[in-house]
Amino acid sequence: MSNAAWETVIGLEIHAQMATKSKIFSGASIAFGAEPNSQACAVDLGLPGVLPVFNQAALVSAVKFGLATGAEIGRKSVFARKNYFYPDLPKGYQISQLDHPIVGRGMIDVVQEDGEIKQVGLTRAHLEEDAGKSLHENFVGQSGIDLNRAGTPLLEIVSEPDIRSAKEAVAYARQIHALVRYIDICDGNMQEGSFRVDANVSIRPRGSDTLGTRTEIKNLNSFRFLERAINIEVERQIDLLEDGGRVSQETRLYDPDADETRSMRSKEEANDYRYFPDPDLLPVHVDDAFIDSCREQMPELPKLRLARFTDELALGESEARQLINDRATADFFEATVAASKQPRHAANWVINELGARLQKADLGIEQSPVDAEQLGGVLQRLADDTISGKIAKQVLDALWAGEGKSADEIIEAKGLKQITDTGAIEAIVDEVLAASPEQVEEYLGGKDKVIGFFVGKIMQASKGKANPGQVNQLLKAKLKR
Amino acid sequence: MAVDNKTVIDMAHLARIAVSEDDIPKIASQMGKVLEIAEKMAAVDTDHLEPMAHPLDAAQPLRVDDVTEADLREAFQAVAPSVDKGLYLVPKVIE
Repeated sequence: MSNAAWETVIGLEIHAQMATKSKIFSGASIAFGAEPNSQACAVDLGLPGVLPVFNQAALVSAVKFGLATGAEIGRKSVFARKNYFYPDLPKGYQISQLDHPIVGRGMIDVVQEDGEIKQVGLTRAHLEEDAGKSLHENFVGQSGIDLNRAGTPLLEIVSEPDIRSAKEAVAYARQIHALVRYIDICDGNMQEGSFRVDANVSIRPRGSDTLGTRTEIKNLNSFRFLERAINIEVERQIDLLEDGGRVSQETRLYDPDADETRSMRSKEEANDYRYFPDPDLLPVHVDDAFIDSCREQMPELPKLRLARFTDELALGESEARQLINDRATADFFEATVAASKQPRHAANWVINELGARLQKADLGIEQSPVDAEQLGGVLQRLADDTISGKIAKQVLDALWAGEGKSADEIIEAKGLKQITDTGAIEAIVDEVLAASPEQVEEYLGGKDKVIGFFVGKIMQASKGKANPGQVNQLLKAKLKR
Repeated sequence: MAVDNKTVIDMAHLARIAVSEDDIPKIASQMGKVLEIAEKMAAVDTDHLEPMAHPLDAAQPLRVDDVTEADLREAFQAVAPSVDKGLYLVPKVIE
């Protein structure tokens, strides 16, 4: 929302669920969709006498995130208790981190809609356990509690208030979403709550450098809602201030049906969480050897891959970005290049030809019916002039439909091999020219566009198999004005 | 440090502890005494020391990421005051 008088200031807190098998402090499963409370063990229920033991995989995931964002890694991080009362938090406290988070300051390059890069500061990222789930419907005067989610490892990623619009917020959140999936620490499934966003929103008179009072919009679980909720909240705050009111610091919820934000609870009273170090957990030590072992498990980072794609493979910046945004796509592209040695063709075909077919069929690239080896085969035949671009698309369609195992097999079986024999093409050219004396007159009279008519006729006569380059050459030679 | 009655009431609310009106002055004075001990300790010069997060000077052991817990829902829910369809039931917490 742009407004001449007011500037929007946004900071995001993203909760990314770590893709571990078990919980952060217990050996219960975190698999989604299980029977209520069938994955809530004594530790998760906060029964007396239990002790939390920290999951190594959660630590590795957090360190990887720190490495990927160039952030400081906390060599000694400390778990603290955040105390509050709610039935889906049976211990009466959430184990989180306050003063010594596992990941410190970092920086994210956010690619915006217009392609511009904006740097957004990361304040910190810390590990914590998720709470359970309260179900308020279906029970008269009671709430049902499912603690399967309690103890699920979360990485809370906190940004600096560097974001200035809802669109920037979405671009930043998408970037983090792509990154956590890329380094394989979070599945990013927003419907299942694996990636949730809280937005801290305030406004201030343009030109001011003090922050206004902020509200926090909780649990936004889609990028569309994130954008809507921020815009609606900014409008509400502007209206409030312009009418002489004031914004109160509070937690709000976005209601997509009513398209409004609503006050949830007043933070002024509720925010005394009385953090203190959890006596059940010792400080977590991370040394160089541990960091190195995490680094070794990391894939090549998007930033470095981008540089390699543009420098070594000579791709354009924007197509390289389209490829690296998603790791599976980038991997597929690289496998296609390996099979074809044709990086430019591979980029174009992965993004456009295969990309369009996948989108139409609503498939991810992992489910592509045509694998990289097969696509590489098509591009090899395209590059060595065995087939034209148009025929190549037909071959791709045939592979997609499972009509053959390889491009060569399909080209052979369907007789799609391009006619490169000059004599054969010349015969067709002569035939077409002889049958179209009027058009020949027109062309000789200076109407250049008629050349397209001849090419069309010739391609038709050759069933698309004549080499287009040779056809053009021959036509020009024969129609010399 | 003196603790006033309002602090006691606020603390009791945060901790969800019922405190009877009559007990408040006594609790206030007891809390004050605890804080006096804390003040004495705070007077010790610790500027040159790195704070410890835990009295044991040791590092947190790590657990391998394996699912080791079986589903014991039936046993846990047998001692719960109220359950339905696998859920623990509690008094409604929102209006």
